[in-house]
Amino acid sequence: MTNHWIDIGNSDCILISGSNAAENHPISFKYVVKAMKKGAKLISVDPRFTRTSSKADIYAPMRSGTDIAILGGMIKYIIDNKLYNKKYVSAYTNAPFIVGKKFSFKNGLFSGYNRKARKYDKSKWAFEMDKKGVPKMDRSLKDPRCVFQLLKKHYSRYNTKLVSQITGTSEADLKKIYKPYAATGKTGKAGTIMYAMGWTQHTVGTQNIRAMAMIQLLLGNIGVAGGGVNALRGESNVQGSTDHCLLWHIWPGYLKTPRASNVSLAAYNKKWTPKSKDPISANWWQNYPKYSVSMLKSFFGGNATKANDFGYDWLPKVDDGTAYSWLDLFDEMYKGTVKGFFAWGQNPACSGANAGKTRQAMKNLDWMVNVNLFDNETGSFWHGPGMNPSTIKTEVFMLPCCVSFEKEGSITNSGRWMQWRYQGPKPLGNTRSDGDIMMELGFKLKELYKKGGAFPEPIINLKWDYMTNGTYDPHKVAKEINGYFLKNVDFPKKKKSFKKGQLVPSFAYLKADGSTSSGNWLYCNSYTEKGNMAARRGQEDAVNKIGLYPKFSWCWPVNRRIIYNRASVDLKGQPYDKKDWVVKWTGKKWIGDVPDGGWPPLGSLEKPNPKSKWAFIMRKHGHGQIFGPGRADGPFPEHYEPLECPIEKNLMSKERMNPTAVVYETDADAYLTCDPRYPFVGTTYRVAEHWQTGAMTRPQPWLLEMQPQVFVEMSEELAKLKGIKNGERVLATSARGSLECTAIVTKRFKPFKIGGNVVHQVGFPWCFGWRWPETGKEESANLLTASTGDPNTRIPETKAFMCNVSKL
Amino acid sequence: MKITRREFVQISGATAAGLAVSGLGFDLWPVKSHAQMLKTKYAKETLTICPYCAVGCGAIVHTSKKGDGRVINIEGDPDHVISRGSLCAKGAGLSGLSENENRLLEPMYRAPYAKEWKQVSWDWALTEVAKRVKKTRDATFTKKNKKGQVVNRTTDIVSVGSAALDNEECWIYQALLRALGLVYIEHQARI
Repeated sequence: MTNHWIDIGNSDCILISGSNAAENHPISFKYVVKAMKKGAKLISVDPRFTRTSSKADIYAPMRSGTDIAILGGMIKYIIDNKLYNKKYVSAYTNAPFIVGKKFSFKNGLFSGYNRKARKYDKSKWAFEMDKKGVPKMDRSLKDPRCVFQLLKKHYSRYNTKLVSQITGTSEADLKKIYKPYAATGKTGKAGTIMYAMGWTQHTVGTQNIRAMAMIQLLLGNIGVAGGGVNALRGESNVQGSTDHCLLWHIWPGYLKTPRASNVSLAAYNKKWTPKSKDPISANWWQNYPKYSVSMLKSFFGGNATKANDFGYDWLPKVDDGTAYSWLDLFDEMYKGTVKGFFAWGQNPACSGANAGKTRQAMKNLDWMVNVNLFDNETGSFWHGPGMNPSTIKTEVFMLPCCVSFEKEGSITNSGRWMQWRYQGPKPLGNTRSDGDIMMELGFKLKELYKKGGAFPEPIINLKWDYMTNGTYDPHKVAKEINGYFLKNVDFPKKKKSFKKGQLVPSFAYLKADGSTSSGNWLYCNSYTEKGNMAARRGQEDAVNKIGLYPKFSWCWPVNRRIIYNRASVDLKGQPYDKKDWVVKWTGKKWIGDVPDGGWPPLGSLEKPNPKSKWAFIMRKHGHGQIFGPGRADGPFPEHYEPLECPIEKNLMSKERMNPTAVVYETDADAYLTCDPRYPFVGTTYRVAEHWQTGAMTRPQPWLLEMQPQVFVEMSEELAKLKGIKNGERVLATSARGSLECTAIVTKRFKPFKIGGNVVHQVGFPWCFGWRWPETGKEESANLLTASTGDPNTRIPETKAFMCNVSKL
Repeated sequence: MKITRREFVQISGATAAGLAVSGLGFDLWPVKSHAQMLKTKYAKETLTICPYCAVGCGAIVHTSKKGDGRVINIEGDPDHVISRGSLCAKGAGLSGLSENENRLLEPMYRAPYAKEWKQVSWDWALTEVAKRVKKTRDATFTKKNKKGQVVNRTTDIVSVGSAALDNEECWIYQALLRALGLVYIEHQARI
């Protein structure tokens, strides 16, 4: 989230789409209700009338996979009715930037497309630069090649008539959702978006989010209280696990995993450190080398020296232009190239799209290590449905870990708040904390590699001293993540000096010369000489009383609760919203939230104060990106149909689906689009009583009693068509698999009218799996979903696929 | 009298219980409130954050200081500035996660082609895992890719997991995996 949970209560208009917050983030709804009591409107846009919709002022149904059509229509509405915040858009976003002449869009494709490679040459979308190397701008937004005018042209096609034909949402409903939301463009008003996997799990997932971020920039909703782009993340520590980068493409703190062409540390730092010629752009990522070197020092401690490039070569590199993502990993496993597999606290046999392919793939492994609380469909895959153990060679080690409150450590919520939690009971039985298991595994590997083996250096040199009295010590790790001064360091400009062994107070003090360490620069400031900031429980709100609670826990970066908050003030540093202000310039300093850079206000756009910086400090050019030249599938979101869809042609353009989306080609990757055998749009969602695959909740009797069976939810019209009664067991099928489930016939789904035809949609909760309940009859909805993914993130498209439902 | 939010919740809970039976003619308030105090008063009280969704609600865990030292009660933390003492069905039932007879309690091993699990010791399990990691890594370690560029990796060992780990565990896990040369490192964030 750019903002945070409590801040939702400050909003004037809340859009919940791609999320069912009342169901899946129930306690967050406190703040939705709080805002509504103050007069805010709640808008719910969802294929199904959900618990969230039941509380909304306005509900609009839409077919799964058509979010960009809806949002593109909103962009057109905002521009046509001049509801954008002109001052904000002109000063803080890249709407004034002039785009180079090589950029164009025709027939569903942007310039630079290579059909064979399914890739774009993004250099065609570059900005026009002036002689100083700074993007040319027209702050009046009139130049025909400025981003604003190109934006207007792009979305001129998204009229409500066409959007309605694509989405199945009536034109009247479209206007009902556009009007109140667009009204937040008014200075002093703020709208917020709460979204989740309903938006991200698509081949156009990234562009869904882009579209909303663009709307928020147009309306001046970024950096303000009650605004922001609020991703409702799904797991208690998925934010932390993402920040610490348990992902192939990033190193802790969102640094890049080195590519094979980054042949040395210097080459690596040069490639990934953005350069800006604009003195008013903070271009904060220019500090990249300080963060990468400090991270290497945390990895290898004293063994990392300038002479060995701080151990840079000891870490693995990925091939340029190749992805090593979830879908790729299981594709390789299915093809038989993967020998060893760690499924550590995850249940891919139920959680990944095309779960059948995953389950078959695991048969090819030599060995698997499965760490979990309960027996589950992954560790026990070898005796699951359709499996014959006497033909499966995979060795499995099932290691019992302890529950979160049987150990000590921190987790980071969706609002970036890092919260420390404590040990209640000791681990039950012979269970152990994950940290404990990891430390011991690491020690055993180090022992083995002392005797020799392939490239032992990184393992032998890995800093691995996070123990106290023979037990894993999370405080030691937390301090390492924050970082230390490794020798006495002076900062004469800041008039500060530090001694060897002191904790670094914030990332502003990290250095690229090996004198500092920091496991994750973003978390530098979380555990300092002042103590464990994540453990704080301060009950007092800040001076601006907008629910920041700056002394409760700690958030990144440097406890700034609302990101890009210098966009919430005018050029003199005075808040646009006098009532709910985030930061304010007193003439000498900023008060309120931690300012997004302590530099003084801009003063003017034509001749900014040379001591000031543009508001969007993490972007190279310092401005919020309405035009996004870095995305794999284009600088403007465009509606494309999902891989499997109910219509033959995309009504918006000649390109049916995302021309850069990832498609796999094994026999297990079957897909059928617009096929009469699978005529219904399928989607997946969750229920409040279970969580994710249900690996933690299905073994709990209280929760299983409340939600005992996998079901397919369908409209009364579809049930009538198929002769299906409420409560009857039926069979759902897709090109990939089948699922026996209980029919829930409801008014909550209604048939859609798409391009003149009736299209039915159904939905499945994905929280079941054959292991619990022990009847083995409640299986995973992911047996139906397709293994295709977004080209930027490779998130699988589990939210829109085609299926059939029939009587058993 | 200034009372904390916690005390207010405790008193009002006890009072409501007392009112419910006071219609019978005798005042149970002192008995009920004493009984309630007894369970948690002699327990260890610790704070935790719910392990399910990413709102990050606060909860109070009461662990018995007697007997098996297990969880007596888990309730919402009224002093948590986000959740203010509320919990959804999953969080409210947290004791059902830890005090659960279905939990795995011992390491287990499934041999090739076997039909059953076999209980093993931690030392055996981790020693064997380490041996296999080394064997597979040594057999598949790639110094240079097809283009002749130095990559120092293994693509034959992969890892998924986990958004359920603590931050500190996430960090040391990715450090260990990267030191081993893994590039296929993924977890829930990807899906």
